[in-house]
Parts: sequence; structure tokens; C-alpha cells
Amino acid sequence: MAAFYSKALNLNAFRAVQSHLRLFCDAPKFPGAKTTWTQTLKISEAKPEDNLPVYRVLDKQGVVIDSSHEPKLSSEVLRKMYKSMTLLNQMDNILYESQRQGRISFYMTNYGEEAAQIGSIAALNNDDLVFAQYREAGVLVYRGASIDFFMNQCYGNNLDVGRGKQMPVHYGNKDLHFVTLSSPLTTQLPQASGAAYAFKRAKNGKVVITYFGDGAASEGDFHAALNFAATLECPVIFFCRNNGYAISTPTNEQYRGDGIASRAPGYGMGAIRCDGNDLLAVYNTVKLARKYCSENNKPIIVEAMTYRVGHHSTSDDSTAYRPKEEISMWSTESPVGKFRRYLETKGLWSEEEEKSWAKDVRKQVQTS
Amino acid sequence: MTVRDALNSALDEEMERDDRVFILGEEVAMYDGAYKVSRGLWKKYGDKRVIDTPITEMGFAGIAVGAAMNGLRPVCEFMTFNFSMQAIDQVINSAGKTFYMSAGEVNVPIVFRGPNGAAAGVAAQHSQCFGAWYSHCPGLKVISPFSSEDAKGLLKAAIRDPDPVVFLENELLYGTPFEMSDEALSKDFVLPIGKAKIERPGQHVTLVSHSKAVDTCLEAAKLLAGEGVECEVVNLRSLRPLDMDTVLKSVSKTHRLITVEQGWPQSGIGAEICARVMESEVFFQLDAPAVRVTGADVPMPYTKSLEVAAIPLPPDVVRVAKKLLGLK
Repeated sequence: MAAFYSKALNLNAFRAVQSHLRLFCDAPKFPGAKTTWTQTLKISEAKPEDNLPVYRVLDKQGVVIDSSHEPKLSSEVLRKMYKSMTLLNQMDNILYESQRQGRISFYMTNYGEEAAQIGSIAALNNDDLVFAQYREAGVLVYRGASIDFFMNQCYGNNLDVGRGKQMPVHYGNKDLHFVTLSSPLTTQLPQASGAAYAFKRAKNGKVVITYFGDGAASEGDFHAALNFAATLECPVIFFCRNNGYAISTPTNEQYRGDGIASRAPGYGMGAIRCDGNDLLAVYNTVKLARKYCSENNKPIIVEAMTYRVGHHSTSDDSTAYRPKEEISMWSTESPVGKFRRYLETKGLWSEEEEKSWAKDVRKQVQTS
Repeated sequence: MTVRDALNSALDEEMERDDRVFILGEEVAMYDGAYKVSRGLWKKYGDKRVIDTPITEMGFAGIAVGAAMNGLRPVCEFMTFNFSMQAIDQVINSAGKTFYMSAGEVNVPIVFRGPNGAAAGVAAQHSQCFGAWYSHCPGLKVISPFSSEDAKGLLKAAIRDPDPVVFLENELLYGTPFEMSDEALSKDFVLPIGKAKIERPGQHVTLVSHSKAVDTCLEAAKLLAGEGVECEVVNLRSLRPLDMDTVLKSVSKTHRLITVEQGWPQSGIGAEICARVMESEVFFQLDAPAVRVTGADVPMPYTKSLEVAAIPLPPDVVRVAKKLLGLK
């Protein structure tokens, strides 16, 4: 009996080893891809169920859903984040009006994307290098650029560090590790890959973050930048502000895939998609992304889903191509308001503070 | 009629006349074009004839070239020619050289159009003049219109042309109204590519320019007329082929030549014109060396006070003309 069983076992074991050997030795040896054979003919297509979910911490009302995901931030940092967002709003108000009054030639606002900007930069080190596109003034605000800095640049006066050579909003600040903006889209992406490569070689522990929009991701430079970052293994965070529009072109005309994050596996990269209007979600996401990049010397895509509440720029009137109701819906769901409610529940902000800060910040900007 | 409307009617008329003509570029459809040049055309002709593209100049220029090689007649809009640098390989290597490289088998009837050169307060990356770069290349035709009549007649000619044409417009001229003759308003008004126009006859000095700089020359001519100097203002209209016949005829009459352009001095349009004058018999008719008046040799600054100093103004042309004529 035992002999019979042992023979059967041996046979099965032999068959298992044989099929394992077949799998192992028979695997396709093509240099181009590491995979298995199949005898089924099937078109591989993405399904809507496979779309990357959006990571969030706060719900619509600004209440933390899962407290284990609430980042342990000090009250100073939390208040600084809120003050940065509102200062940004106030600056946008005043500079937009300045353009309308003919005092500056051009301006771009940041409405709706405050949390994406400030949440991301707050999760990085002060000397991590930033390559931005044009809708990231909040990054500079949080890092400590003075109101005068912004005003001088937009007015192109002799106090401007750029000496009046650049159009408004084309900021650059060496001390704050923010590379000067360039108008042609997406050129900052391959540059970011290159800088990250240099940091890796220098072993300085720094990481690069580069910001771009859903439209800019269509440029050829996007492909080059990601492919190089992946093959050269560079510690760079590709941060996409997917705000739904590229001037008037909506995302359904810009691309057919599942946003920008879905392109990551095509390059052999990782990706996280988060709620760009939830400051805590953006913060957690970029914190994790930074750890991933610097520990593994690998790039990553972070896609912050958000909405461009304002017009593309002062040369645009977005009511020409999108319904007013859509704009007002997103305007009321403002990331600033959501974060404020979160702070109020924690007892870190109040109605009176709101009133006095609003007055104070307006005065600061106007004085500048 | 403004230059913008002239361009718009040229596009409309050519699209109506020939089914193969279509427009593509960023924001050209429902948005009516970043500078409203394609206003109303998407509404009239629909998605198949007016196509909004994703943001990739290299991409859509390439698509347009492919379409042109295979029987269609695309009008490819660059939001500004500064962005054409992202697609320049397609414009020159693919569109420009294919007819030659295929020994005449494959022609590329494409028009690349958009605003070129300096605007106002848009700084270095939005203000470069590409006239010199594109007119340098055999295989391309390069047009730089000034008036509404130029814009309409030459855009129609460009679209009907079987070869690639680079059509350099000017943002500041879009809103400028010009008189249009009845002939110019007709649907068959086509101007010949490669022929310049005498905008103002004169006998003391020849001012040669293209696009916005023609305006500068006309203003300078007005100022100089007040002092008894009659300028002959030549509007080149085309940069390649360059109408040297008209220029040489004018110089043999006036014996003095000033070229005026907003682009940079080195290897510019003026440099080419002066070289060709030197190589012709007309050289011996010059009473003084030919002079170029150009934009300053710097990337365009943003601040208004610096921007104004970077582009030639009528008083600059007046000063040079008087020097040439030995006047104070």
C-alpha cells in the first residue's frame, strides 16, 4: 500500500516538476518583455472598473473619514497651510484686478488648486528642487516668498529679481529652490528628470518635484521625461494637477486613457491618484511619494484630481466653453473651505480669526 | 476690414471652395481660435473640418504633414510661431524637404500659420521673429503679410499652393482695419506669392520691410515727408521667394537703401537683402552703403520701458535716413 502511494506521489511530484520545468525553461526569451505564453487570442483593453481610485482623507464636509490617516501635524503647520491658501487667494484677487485695470499685462489665478499646491510642497523638504508650470504660486507662498516678491515680478519693476525680463507669473527663486518658469509647456519635465539624476549621482538625498497640468501631459517632452526617469532611475515626483481643462480643451478631448496616473505602468513606474482638493490627502500622498523616490531612487506619478475654478488666464473667459453651474458647484466645494472646516473642528481656527485674518491679509497685499 | 476678418474670410472661402481644406490646432474649434482668427468656422463646418488637438505641436504638425502627403490640404495653426519650435523637425525635415527628397513624387500642400514676432508684454518666449529661420530653408515658401489685402490674398494663395507654406501673421495687426478694394473682397482674390508691393512711392530713399515693420516705415515716411524727404516704402509680402526685382528697381531709382525689421540683426532678412544688392549691378548705383535697422540683439524683455527700446520705432528709421542723406 505504502509503495503504491509513494509511487503515485512520486508520479505527481514528477509531473509537477516536469510542468514547472516546462514553464521555467519554455518561458519566452524575448529581450523586449518578461512574461508568459498564452494560447488564447484576446485584445487587452482597459476597463472602467480598473480605473485608479481617488485617495482621500477628508469627506465633502471636511471631516476625517479614517482617523488613522490623519497626519500628525502641529497646529503651527496646519495654520500656516491655511494662511498660505488664503493669502494666495487674496493675491490672486488683487493681481487679477490689476490686469483688468491695465496695470500689469497678464495674470493667472490659482482658484480651486490651493490644496494641491500647498499640500504637496508642505510634504517635501525645503531644499527639494521644484520645476513648475505656471499655476503653482502657492508653492512659493508656502516656502516663504514675500508678497513683495510676487508683486515685483508681476509689475516688472527694478526690485524684481528677474529684472523685468519675464512675463507676469513667471517666477523663479534660487533661495527657495524654485526653478524659473518657462512658457513652452512641459519643457520642465525632462529638465526635472535630469536634475534628479544629478542629485542621485551626488548622493545628496534631495528629491525633485515637477508640476504640470492634464494638457501639458500630451506634449512629447512628457514621454521623454518619464521614460528617462524610469530607465535612469531618478528620484523625481511627476505631480500632475488634473484640473479638467487645458484652456478650453476638456480632458475627454485631451486623452482617452484613465487620466495621467494610468500611464505609469507603461513606463514601469508607480502611481498614486489623490483628491487634489483635500489638503491632507495631498500631503499624505506626497509624503509617501517622497519616501518612495528617495529610498528607491525611482520616479513616481502623483495625480491630484482637482478643478480649475478660475479662467485659464486674464486672456480667457471660460464661460464661453463651460456652464456657469459647473463653475459655481466647484467653487462652493472649495478646498480652502474644506480645510477651514477641518481646522475649526480641531479648534485651530474660528469665525473671528477668519474675519480678522481676511482683513489683515488683504491689507498686507494692498500695501505691497 | 481688419486683418483678422480678412484671414477669417480667406479660410472660409477656401474651405467652401475645396473639401480637402481643413483647420487643425489648439483651441481652433469652439473657442474660435486663441486669437479668434477661426471665429465661426467650427460652427459652420463642424468637427471634421475644424479640429481641436491635444497639446503637442510636434504631434499635430506631424499629423497635418501626414494628411497633406495623402491628399488633404491642412491649415495647421501654431498658437504662436514660438511654439513651432517644438514641431520644427516636422516643418522643415518633413514638410519642407519631402518634395525634393522624393524627386517630385510626394508634395506637401500644407499651410503653417499663426502669429509671429513681437506682441506686447509677452516677453522673450512669445516674441521671437521666425522670418529669418524659415526663409533660410529651400523647400518652404514663407509669407509675411502686412495689410488685410495681403492677409486675404496671400492666405488664399498659400492654401491653393501645392507646396508647404509658412504664413507669418502678426498679433498686433489682427485688430487693425485696412481699406479693401472691391476686387479684394471677392471670393477669387488671390495675390501672387513672391511679389512685393510698393506701399508708398518716393525718390530719395528706399525702405524695405515686412509685416508690422511696414507700419513703422510708413510712419517714418510721414515724418520725413514733413522735412522734404520722399521715401519709397517696399512691403516685401513674401520672404521666400524674396522679390529682389522690386527692391533693385527701387534702389536704382533712389540710390539709398534701408532695411527695417523687428527681428534680430544677425543673419536676418535685412542681411540677406543687403548681400543680394551687393551681388547685383545695382550696387554701383548706391550713393551710400545700405543700412539695416533691426530689433535689439537681446531676448525680448517684458518690462514696457525695455520692450519699447528693443524694437525699431519710426524716429529710429528717420534718424538713419537723415544720416544716409547727409541731413541733420
